[in-house]
Amino acid sequence: MTFHSPTRWADALAVRAEHPQAVPIAGGTDAMVELNSGRRRPDRLLDLSRIAEVSGWDTDGGTVRAGAGITHTAIVAQLAESAPALAQAASTVGSPQIRNRATLGGNIATASPAGDTLPTLLACGAAVELHSVGGARTVALADFVTGPKRTQLAPDELIAAVLFPAATGPQHFSKVGVRAAMIIAVCSFAVALFPDRRSVGTGIGAAAPTPRAAVEAQDFAAEVLPWDSLGHLDPAVAGYFGDLVAKAADPIDDVRGTAQYRRHALAVIARRALIWAWDDLRGAVPCG
Amino acid sequence: MRVTATVNGRVHSAEGVRPTESLLDLLREHLHLPGAKNACEQGECGSCTVYLDGETVCACLVAAGQAEGREVVTVEGIGGGRSSSLQEAFLTCGAVQCGFCTPGLLVSAHALLARCPQPDDRQIREALSGNLCRCTGYEKIIEAVRMVAEGGSR
Repeated sequence: MTFHSPTRWADALAVRAEHPQAVPIAGGTDAMVELNSGRRRPDRLLDLSRIAEVSGWDTDGGTVRAGAGITHTAIVAQLAESAPALAQAASTVGSPQIRNRATLGGNIATASPAGDTLPTLLACGAAVELHSVGGARTVALADFVTGPKRTQLAPDELIAAVLFPAATGPQHFSKVGVRAAMIIAVCSFAVALFPDRRSVGTGIGAAAPTPRAAVEAQDFAAEVLPWDSLGHLDPAVAGYFGDLVAKAADPIDDVRGTAQYRRHALAVIARRALIWAWDDLRGAVPCG
Repeated sequence: MRVTATVNGRVHSAEGVRPTESLLDLLREHLHLPGAKNACEQGECGSCTVYLDGETVCACLVAAGQAEGREVVTVEGIGGGRSSSLQEAFLTCGAVQCGFCTPGLLVSAHALLARCPQPDDRQIREALSGNLCRCTGYEKIIEAVRMVAEGGSR
């Protein structure tokens, strides 16, 4: 049993290449649960918590590149402007203790259908940057997550960063659960308005085998929103948007809720999220 | 493996730590500091809350090796060897019943008051949202934190 604790990213990739069975651990909020319960008994751990190279973020103005090791606490404090829905989602994750440790890369690598950051990243059209000793590749997040807790990550790869366009308009994240803290979402939804290109992004969580966009709903909204006049949002438009989001889901019955409830709740939170985002946009523009 | 960390201001080393053991195991089993409690082992209950490099964490979710060279402060360390005014307030307000959650709540409340000396009730509830208590119903705990905030010292 070996504990690898590299301080340089290149060294982490080398360990990963040599020992693909080593379990990567960053914040530990998923990995340690599996170790503590005995569900997983690895013979090697690859600690990623000391690698400063992947724990920050930067932007060229248009695109944000968030390192995989950025914590949820740092996202809330530092990315609220460039990624409002992501920051909102991060603030709903676990508790202060969890947010201080849990990383963005970890949430993506775990690829839970209920992973809170994923719908918000989908709504922004995010991509993940994957590194190995052999090089780097960038994969759309929508393609990266292939099933419940399954991803395209190759045995010699690590998630280095997440890339997404900086917000150019309002974004909202909404999550249904029995309390505000420490819950796994019953269902969740994110919407992002990009008024500069008159497009709408969406993400559905915990209501399909993977987080997914509601493509028909976002295309409909982009088409019918009154971008020129910035007039009131017709309640029938918001309602139909919610219905299209519910239609895009593929939920199951489980301990947290029924498929029928999830569909209903999604229609409600999607309708509200669009109304909130549109009202924000109108409020942000003089004479709106 | 060997893990060396500063715990409550003193450098401690432990030999024979298994790499899959947690910081909580390191503290309780190797360094004999039983203040942080072992309950859920999945970050749900907060009874193992400690400071790691100045931030509160669930010690059960930190691999022991991740604490190598880091600074850890446990409930045994927050009063500087004496009981703090926060601990006194918990006693005064009846915020302690079985006591199992108390060390974690004290560390979370200590962190809140360090960063926000005059929190409102919403901030107190948010700061303690990762600490479960099955006895007191939280009102007395919140009252204790409020008492220290109003008294102006920890």
